[in-house]
Amino acid sequence: MRMTTRTKSSPVLRRGLQAGLLCLAVFAFLGAGDESSRFSSLGHRLMCVCSCNQILLECNHVGCTYSDRMRGELIAALDRGENDDLTLQDFVQKYGPTVLAAPTGTGFNRVAWVMPFLALVLGVLTTVFIVLAWRKRPALAAPGGVLPVAGVELERFRTQARKETEI
Amino acid sequence: MSQIGSFALLLALTLSAYSFLAGALALAKPGPGSERLGETARRAGIATFALVFLAAVVLVTSAFQDDFSIAYIYHHSNRDLPAPYKFATLWSGQEGSLLFWSLLLAAYGLVLRLRHKTDARLFAHASVIIAAVQIFFLLLLNFAAHPFALMTGSLPADGAGLNPLLQYPEMVIHPPMLYLGYVGFTVPFAFALGALIMRYPGEKWIRITRRWTMVTWAFLTCGVFLGAHWAYSVLGWGGYWGWDPVENASLMPWLTGTAFLHSVMMQEKRGMLKMWNMWLIFATFWLAILGTFLTRSGIISSVHAFAQSSIGGWFKWFLLITLVTFTFFFFKNKSHLRSEHKLESLISRESSFLFNNLLLLLACFTVLWGTWFPLISEYAQGNKVTVGPPFYNKVAIPVALLLLLLTAVGPLLAWRKTSLESLKRNFMWPALGALVVGAVMVGFGVRPWSDIAYFYALMAAMLAALVALTVTSEFIRGGRVISCHTGQNLLASIVHLWHRNTRRYGGYIVHFGVAVVIIGILGTPFNQDKEKEMGYGDKMTIGPYTLVCESYTQDDNPNYSNEWAIINVFKGDRQITTMYPERRFYKASQQPQTLPRIRSTVKEDLYITYEGLNETTGRPIIKAHLNPLVMWIWVGVLIMIGGTVLALIPNTAPVRVVAPARVETAPAGAGD
Repeated sequence: MRMTTRTKSSPVLRRGLQAGLLCLAVFAFLGAGDESSRFSSLGHRLMCVCSCNQILLECNHVGCTYSDRMRGELIAALDRGENDDLTLQDFVQKYGPTVLAAPTGTGFNRVAWVMPFLALVLGVLTTVFIVLAWRKRPALAAPGGVLPVAGVELERFRTQARKETEI
Repeated sequence: MSQIGSFALLLALTLSAYSFLAGALALAKPGPGSERLGETARRAGIATFALVFLAAVVLVTSAFQDDFSIAYIYHHSNRDLPAPYKFATLWSGQEGSLLFWSLLLAAYGLVLRLRHKTDARLFAHASVIIAAVQIFFLLLLNFAAHPFALMTGSLPADGAGLNPLLQYPEMVIHPPMLYLGYVGFTVPFAFALGALIMRYPGEKWIRITRRWTMVTWAFLTCGVFLGAHWAYSVLGWGGYWGWDPVENASLMPWLTGTAFLHSVMMQEKRGMLKMWNMWLIFATFWLAILGTFLTRSGIISSVHAFAQSSIGGWFKWFLLITLVTFTFFFFKNKSHLRSEHKLESLISRESSFLFNNLLLLLACFTVLWGTWFPLISEYAQGNKVTVGPPFYNKVAIPVALLLLLLTAVGPLLAWRKTSLESLKRNFMWPALGALVVGAVMVGFGVRPWSDIAYFYALMAAMLAALVALTVTSEFIRGGRVISCHTGQNLLASIVHLWHRNTRRYGGYIVHFGVAVVIIGILGTPFNQDKEKEMGYGDKMTIGPYTLVCESYTQDDNPNYSNEWAIINVFKGDRQITTMYPERRFYKASQQPQTLPRIRSTVKEDLYITYEGLNETTGRPIIKAHLNPLVMWIWVGVLIMIGGTVLALIPNTAPVRVVAPARVETAPAGAGD
């Protein structure tokens, strides 16, 4: 019975093990890809602090004493399994808030992000308001008191104009 | 020599002050003698050019003669500096570049004063305003940043040399182009303010300044993109735009200048947006000065830190005075700037210009906001923050995409009113073409849902295709109409069409160039890079290329010593080229510099940098970038410049003016 059970369960177990290994491998490879893309993503969210004013992973300032060290620290943080926020926070603690390449989304820094979109909304509203105000403005009188053509006559002119200028 | 230069600058300041005061007096109190007084002011302005030119010649001659008794020459040149860079000494540093600015302003003023008969009174106003701006720069040159200041103590045997980053051929051309753009906007501003002060009737001042504005815009475009190309070719990080504050400073007047070029057509054609145009041209001029202030003052940290100094206070006052002066005259005379027409429809060329202006201004505001936010943050919360590429990429890209959409749609709209039917008819084929481009990109593996960068790239590609196709369809449509009437072939008809309205069709070519530039930029999300320590025979693979390190070698010349890697590049089994990324050590300045090597193709750039030796292992480090489509950016800029040149050529075939009926499509070759 035990034998039978073993014989019956063995392929299931084997398949299970294979599937587990496959998952592990996929996970591991995914992890490797993630680690590299996380390094790139985080490295592009940090500035080199050697005063070259460049993104950490783009600093090729000759003789830079910071960028290599900072890249090493970033790799070490990723190896420790720290999440993105914690890693960035470590850098802020060590090098100050200017190490972040863009303002955070907290506190007063939120204003940096909000203002352009606020300006967009206000700009669109103002433009629409101007357009509506202009449309409501009464039409200017034609010079010499001649009344502008309208209705069927205007349509005739427009058809003629279309015919002549059709492109 | 230095005394001649100093004296020329002092005399130029005196004459400029005279030109301003006498000119203003002649305009303020018209009387029997005012015409003659005004004429002396004009001539004093012309003489200012001669004196500033003399000062510039003295400075350049001193550089060629290695006259290190002049502090400026000592700091920006050395005996072994190649001749082109000695010539470029004129704009290599603070004092020289201010002198160069003053020279360009004087040259623009000279042309303006020589052409005064076009409209004597308007030109006299513009001349006085230019003289006022000139006084500011000459005050700086005489009292704050003197280019002929002498060295103290014993004379040095050699100069300190030019900053290595500046020793690149584009140093000879990029700053002049940028400055021609910056300074050039003073002219349309001077005409606008002059027209406002004198309550100038009609839109003639716009027609007079049209070419000035377009030429200036073309120079600024050249300057901005030459700067991008320089950064790409020299800085070695594989990019061309880093959103550095000084780069931003050049972009802001370009954005407002572009808005002005568009909205001014509304004033010219329809007598609308008069107040808006006044503020736009003022903003462009003001932002150009603000850019110089940013470059010079050092209040914002930048990779262009070599230009920092203490003259920021002067600029602050000048900016304030110009703002107050312009605001005063605007409110005094704004009743003169009422619109003559009303907007008839939301779907019209006028409203597309309005939204185009809104987006360009919003882009400008975003750049300005991002540039100043570190200071605002310091003021508000006591600490500076960095506003770098991630901020601009998130905020500015959506605005740029909307602008691209308007660039595509705008030319299809007629003045006054466009029917939906006509829009649909003209828009259908380009829109289908854009959809096909999007489908092809998705087919080639661009997954817009996997990354926001891919989404932007896909949108940009589709919109760029839309712009290119609408422009092409406009040419073909117009060409066909002419072909029907004249019997010429389509190509000859298109040339004929362009001759009938060069500004309109030249403008379309500029739009086409913008689309090509966008195609170049959208390769950015697909950039790859790799770094490896490479000894002899070591290999590195990036994309389809295999790099094999052949050897390292070194050389020496009087200006610098250098070492370079010899890298053989293979594609498959075939060697396609050998590249020589280089590191230099400049002797005079004692500074190192890397010089990447780039192999450009229409598909991609292979960009290799020799980073130096690993301090631990002693092995050389090679970094390779694979940047898709970059060449299209430079091609697009050439198309933009070509389009501007074509737009500047006067119409050769008369445009028939049709009575203002409510046409739904613009007649071929008419309008803008």
